[in-house]
Amino acid sequence: MPHVQIKNVSKTFGLKVNGQILTARALDGVSFDVEQGEIIALAGPSGCGKTTALRIIMGLESASSGAVVVGDRTISGCGHDRGMVFQHAELLPWKSVLENVKFGLAMKGVPKSELDGIAARYIDLVGLTQAQDRRPHQLSGGMKQRVGIARALAIDPEVLLMDEPFGALDSQTRETLQMEVLAIHERTRKTIIFVTHDLDEAVLLADRVVVLSAGRVREIVPIELGRPRHDIRAVRTSPEFLRKRTMIWEALHDAPPADDRVTIRRSA
Amino acid sequence: MTITTQAAGTDTPGDIIAVAKPARRVPSWAITTLSLVVVIGLWQLFGPQINPLFASYPTEILRAFWKMTASGELPKAFLSSMQPFLAGYALAAILGVPAGLLLGRFRVLDAAFGIYVIAGYSTPLIALVPLLMIWFGLGFVVKTVIIFLLTFFPVCINTWIGVKAVPKTLLEVGTAFCAPQSAVMRQIVLPAVLPYIMAGLRLGIGKAVIAMVIAEFLTAISGLGGVIISAANSFKTAEMFVPIIIIMVLAVLLTALVGFIERRVAPWQSELTGREGV
Repeated sequence: MPHVQIKNVSKTFGLKVNGQILTARALDGVSFDVEQGEIIALAGPSGCGKTTALRIIMGLESASSGAVVVGDRTISGCGHDRGMVFQHAELLPWKSVLENVKFGLAMKGVPKSELDGIAARYIDLVGLTQAQDRRPHQLSGGMKQRVGIARALAIDPEVLLMDEPFGALDSQTRETLQMEVLAIHERTRKTIIFVTHDLDEAVLLADRVVVLSAGRVREIVPIELGRPRHDIRAVRTSPEFLRKRTMIWEALHDAPPADDRVTIRRSA
Repeated sequence: MTITTQAAGTDTPGDIIAVAKPARRVPSWAITTLSLVVVIGLWQLFGPQINPLFASYPTEILRAFWKMTASGELPKAFLSSMQPFLAGYALAAILGVPAGLLLGRFRVLDAAFGIYVIAGYSTPLIALVPLLMIWFGLGFVVKTVIIFLLTFFPVCINTWIGVKAVPKTLLEVGTAFCAPQSAVMRQIVLPAVLPYIMAGLRLGIGKAVIAMVIAEFLTAISGLGGVIISAANSFKTAEMFVPIIIIMVLAVLLTALVGFIERRVAPWQSELTGREGV
């Protein structure tokens, strides 16, 4: 049985523009399965609904119709079976690195006496032990995102969800963190679903890339690169990498324009 | 169990090699002191040339201060003012902050009671003093109530606005980790709102001082306000300035105290904004 099943999920919401109420369809009958230990990329242009899909899987938003099943449970709302890494890390500015990682753990109900030990282990995993007493504003963008990853991993979720986790970082830092995600996956075998608009990143990390456009699944592209993918240069120059990158690129460019999803329902 | 990677690690935190020295510049307190010296000096220089009925000047005021302190008049007035001031202000802070938090956090409470808070803030509550005297008499209680009423609303409204300004994304962190309402309040909302609460408490000091003097003018004449009235009535201008300056100094010191407390309880805020001083 697949680890995560996204079953025919749709999402509509109303927007008021110039006094008219418009109904926008962010997602339109999206279905895909995620196997245990798989890395799935949700890729597509801005506004394709990829972030909305991830937020629904996390339970930050509810689907208008359809269901998300994790393991054997249909999810509704949040759950410690899923850990979320936010686009801009979203660390609590008043807490140190250590306290930020402990926050998720404490919310999970981990006993107080174990918080420090577990948090320290995950901070070590992302290489921030020396910085564990700093506050977020004393960290670089890449370091913040490492804390975000440590916070999500510390609750030992079944599924790690990441919303464009490296989108705001410079290319070198992004590459370092991509390698770390691969290494963490190698070690923990977590199921990972992440959102990206970067096709290179999608192909580099994922086992399969779900290409979304205009709220629909356009194509699901399997990436047959094998693992581990430590040798980033070899991976990037391999024929499979280039072939799949082109394939996804073409899938996106054949897509219908994104603006056909907004319909005028009624005027106010 | 650190995982090392082959990619160039420009991002890994290294040891702090050197602590940068801040650039040398004139400290703020020195500028403030200099400003005070200049203003008081000019006042002392030109004050004596004005008819003592219309104005006074620093040494004359200082002389009056000693005289009034020695006679016991001033300490007595000060203590009598401080009691309703502290009681009213403390009550406003203790009730205003939680009220603002609840209004900001719960839509139903906002809809039900927000309108009264806005009305209370924008209405000149001084107009209620005659009525309050009928309810609470002329003494300590009515003065405390007046100070409370004028201070409660700015404290409450600032807290309320602060809750509304908490970034949605930080609240989503709470949601994503299934934080219960109490943890969201204590660990996300309250720290995020602290700067707004402290701003409200500072505004509240100004309001409370005004309320204190008004209460002493309009109810039983007493305290520092009473000293102002009786000195003015007997044309003792220097004596009139004494309580006024005491009230000014008091307000400035209390405002600085709130700023100090803010930097203690919310140190990340001054680090974030890089601001210093009051």
